[in-house]
Amino acid sequence: MENTVINVENVKMKFNLSKEKTDNLKEYVIKFIKRELHYDPFWALKGVSFEVERGDKFGIVGLNGAGKSTILKIISGVMKPTEGNIQVKGSMVPLLEMGAGFDPDYTGRENIFLKGALLGYNRRFLEEKFDEIVEFSELEEFIDVPLKNYSSGMKARLAFSIATMVEPEILILDEVLSVGDAKFQQKSREKMNSLLNEDATVLFVSHSTYQVKTICNKAIWLHQGELIAEGSAEEVCDLYDKWINEES
Amino acid sequence: MAGNITGHRFLYNFRKYKFLLYQLVSRDIKIKYRKSVLGIFWSFLEPLLTMIVLTIVFSTLFARFGVENYPIYLLTGRLIFTFFSGATTAAMKSIRGSAGIFKTVYVPKYIYPLSAILSNFVTFLLSLVVLFLVMTATNAPFTIYIIFTSLPILALLFFTIGVGLIVATVNVFFRDLEHLYGVLMTLLMYATPIFYPADIVPESFRFIQDYNPIYAVIECCRSVFLYGKIYDPYQLLFALVSAVVAMIIGLALFYKYQDKFVLKV
Repeated sequence: MENTVINVENVKMKFNLSKEKTDNLKEYVIKFIKRELHYDPFWALKGVSFEVERGDKFGIVGLNGAGKSTILKIISGVMKPTEGNIQVKGSMVPLLEMGAGFDPDYTGRENIFLKGALLGYNRRFLEEKFDEIVEFSELEEFIDVPLKNYSSGMKARLAFSIATMVEPEILILDEVLSVGDAKFQQKSREKMNSLLNEDATVLFVSHSTYQVKTICNKAIWLHQGELIAEGSAEEVCDLYDKWINEES
Repeated sequence: MAGNITGHRFLYNFRKYKFLLYQLVSRDIKIKYRKSVLGIFWSFLEPLLTMIVLTIVFSTLFARFGVENYPIYLLTGRLIFTFFSGATTAAMKSIRGSAGIFKTVYVPKYIYPLSAILSNFVTFLLSLVVLFLVMTATNAPFTIYIIFTSLPILALLFFTIGVGLIVATVNVFFRDLEHLYGVLMTLLMYATPIFYPADIVPESFRFIQDYNPIYAVIECCRSVFLYGKIYDPYQLLFALVSAVVAMIIGLALFYKYQDKFVLKV
């Protein structure tokens, strides 16, 4: 038990899908009086439990809408589960939608500090890492240019460099990242691999069982919010692939 | 999760995200003035110019009612009211405005309304320089009591944070507030003696002044800046009590509903 870094206990997540969003007072009052305020509950997760141990490369496979992203958001603290418990030990970096949190009017330099602060780092740490981030992103010439003048590739490079410049104990990944042009892709893939090879615990979500097999040692398979299989990455992926083939 | 560590986690979070708070506040201020030639000077210039305009329009009209130093009278009221209305409006919009971020990264949510309010507070403090300049120009009394205005101003800050948390929460669920709030602020502005003397309000409507925490703060500051006298302690007490009440309601409401923000925005 000492080695458990993520403990997910019977987690359930309910979303209320109302047909139209009731977000203004008039509609709300009218619907309340007419007793039309019913929602269609949708259980994205129906009681999922698993444990991740230190150093595990943990894969999550499943179809669209299986609850993979929801479980990542719950583990990273973005959402609270409707029921159940989550315990996470250690620093965590979610590499999800990395462009979020940039300010277009800010220069690259200012955005490094802004984005770094959003990820929970302090000034000293960011000042230490600043040169490294700039060098890795290859944006030395443009670092004092407002971000709105960057190309999308340049933005992605900056985002990637900031997000991966740390050595988190737990890394949360939604698909493997490779950004930028061919040259930078090579570099970002190497960086990814070095992060994956260290003793970091990795949570990895993917559609590709091939990637899960190469990266992960353990895996679970989610289907419509339920845990179908749990075990070594090989076993789970084989089961999942077999099921996919039968379905199609 | 265990409730007894909540307090501890709050402190831990605050230390961890102190730098983020600083970043967001300085971002707001920098971006606001970035493209303008005069930059940060606008935070001095804007209240000064407005004061001149309103003084030209109203000073002779209200001189009959015995307002001695109309520029100071006006400036004190306007700076305080502008801070309150600007800060709460920014706080109200802050949660929806930063939805893209807290849908992907965990950040304590109070950071957004708090940073919006604090950046307005910094602008407010800067604009006090204008007040002191105009006080010098109009030979207003500089007394030791100026130091004591920090108490009502602190009460105003906490009152604003409390109200800001309330409107930020409500606006997530009822977006109508965004449209309604401007009207409410206009109403409040006219109900508060900012550019007109308090005495011209009929006796039967005086309760609007008596139960208005913002006006209590304005009154406190006016006695010091305008007359060089210490303010009525009961007015300060009223402002402080209002601040505490607003903070309690604001925090309770915000903490009760903050987990639902991500599902609603």
